[in-house]
Amino acid sequence: MSQKVLLSSKEIHIILHRLACQLLENHLDFKNTVLIGLQPRGSFLAQRLAKILKEEYKVQGIQLGLLDITFYRDDFRRGEKPLEASTTKIDFIVEGKNVVLIDDVLYTGRSIRAALTAIQSFGRPQEIELLALIDRRFSRHLPIQPNYRGRQVDAINDEKVKVMWEENEGKDVVYLVNK
Amino acid sequence: MASLSVKHLLGIKYLNEKDIQLIFETADHFKEVINRSIKKVPSLRDITIANIFFENSTRTRLSFELAEKRLSADVINFSASQSSVKKGETLIDTVNNILSMKVDMVVMRHPNPGAGIFLSKHVDAAIINAGDGAHEHPTQALLDSYSIREKLGDVAGKKVVIVGDILHSRVALSNIFALKLQGAEVKVCGPKTLIPKHIESLGVEVEADLRKALNWCDVANMLRVQNERMEINYFPTTREYTQQYGINKPLLNSLDKEIVIMHPGPINRGVEITSDVADSSQSIILNQVENGVAIRMAVIYLLASQIK
Repeated sequence: MSQKVLLSSKEIHIILHRLACQLLENHLDFKNTVLIGLQPRGSFLAQRLAKILKEEYKVQGIQLGLLDITFYRDDFRRGEKPLEASTTKIDFIVEGKNVVLIDDVLYTGRSIRAALTAIQSFGRPQEIELLALIDRRFSRHLPIQPNYRGRQVDAINDEKVKVMWEENEGKDVVYLVNK
Repeated sequence: MASLSVKHLLGIKYLNEKDIQLIFETADHFKEVINRSIKKVPSLRDITIANIFFENSTRTRLSFELAEKRLSADVINFSASQSSVKKGETLIDTVNNILSMKVDMVVMRHPNPGAGIFLSKHVDAAIINAGDGAHEHPTQALLDSYSIREKLGDVAGKKVVIVGDILHSRVALSNIFALKLQGAEVKVCGPKTLIPKHIESLGVEVEADLRKALNWCDVANMLRVQNERMEINYFPTTREYTQQYGINKPLLNSLDKEIVIMHPGPINRGVEITSDVADSSQSIILNQVENGVAIRMAVIYLLASQIK
């Protein structure tokens, strides 16, 4: 198993700020916009973006939720082990809001398909957008594309993209791992 | 992630401590789901579940059916009173006929102890025991422990007294197994005639005096007297039973500390528990019912994930 660095901590820093600016450009004061991080790995990215928007761009009252999609996945009973759920924490109403779904890696698109179903349980959003730090193009199983992407990667199926966060793994870095 | 160590839920006796924790953690997620405005998830959309009830039930049956529907499973219901069982069909034949209609899981209540275990050996489906005679009622014990954990933070180290008709109670037996497995201390309290012989061998103590038992415990689980299972008189009169083993507000108020009151239902108000106690802030009877749906969703979800 070998791994190479796809994004260094500095590159991640720059990309996060760019993504925050792009969100700001489209949503301005975030009055009718909510950020939803997909559990478990998308929540770090969502929290980081919310922090940048709040502290560096002085956006007040950003609504951030965490959505677990386990029970909405389409591979139940197809794996060896039961699917493990994480916590869902959405303490606001999604009805009529502009929702930005946030995940670290966009790969087959199946998680996003599940998230689109899951979010309906909390109301009917006005609009749903997708933000992904890493977009693995050419590996999609479903017609799903991100509205905001950090970096596009042409990884083959044997390779794995590993996103690490300072608050969880000790440093910000994205690896491309050869299985 | 861990899986359950069993393929069927036949009794708490067959579970280990890890299984119980896994069920509780999964139930936490489902409890959040059933408090959403849309209380349904699509996980089990390709699973069919048969609820087979050879004995009356309100809560358990509704709770299971709701749990199955919240998970998007297809559900068929069957009660013995309206079926061919009356025409002389055997249990295995009945269930195999139902299974030929492509059913993946069976939830069964039966008046005979061990009916679920028997069935699990003869048919090809995951079996959940929803009560088998005076033997076990595992989902009830799980939801009882889950409710204690929710109210008091943990089950380990807590003192629980089970009061009433221990002899005929599957709830008592399953609760004893579940509580001991999680490290709680358990006493049983009731008329001597309704306490099974050798119950000490399960690691529980017998306390004949209700006031002493209540002063000792953190949680009192009040059981109903199961008149329908009694062929002889175990105590002189209901009135005398109530005087000795019924809980009322003056008794509750005279205790040294505030204890939690549970009841698996159905309640016989004024017999084992008075209305003012059942409806008091110390009672978590309705929380138990709410948690029942989350616990059953967790059990069904975890067992269904092992069906190939």
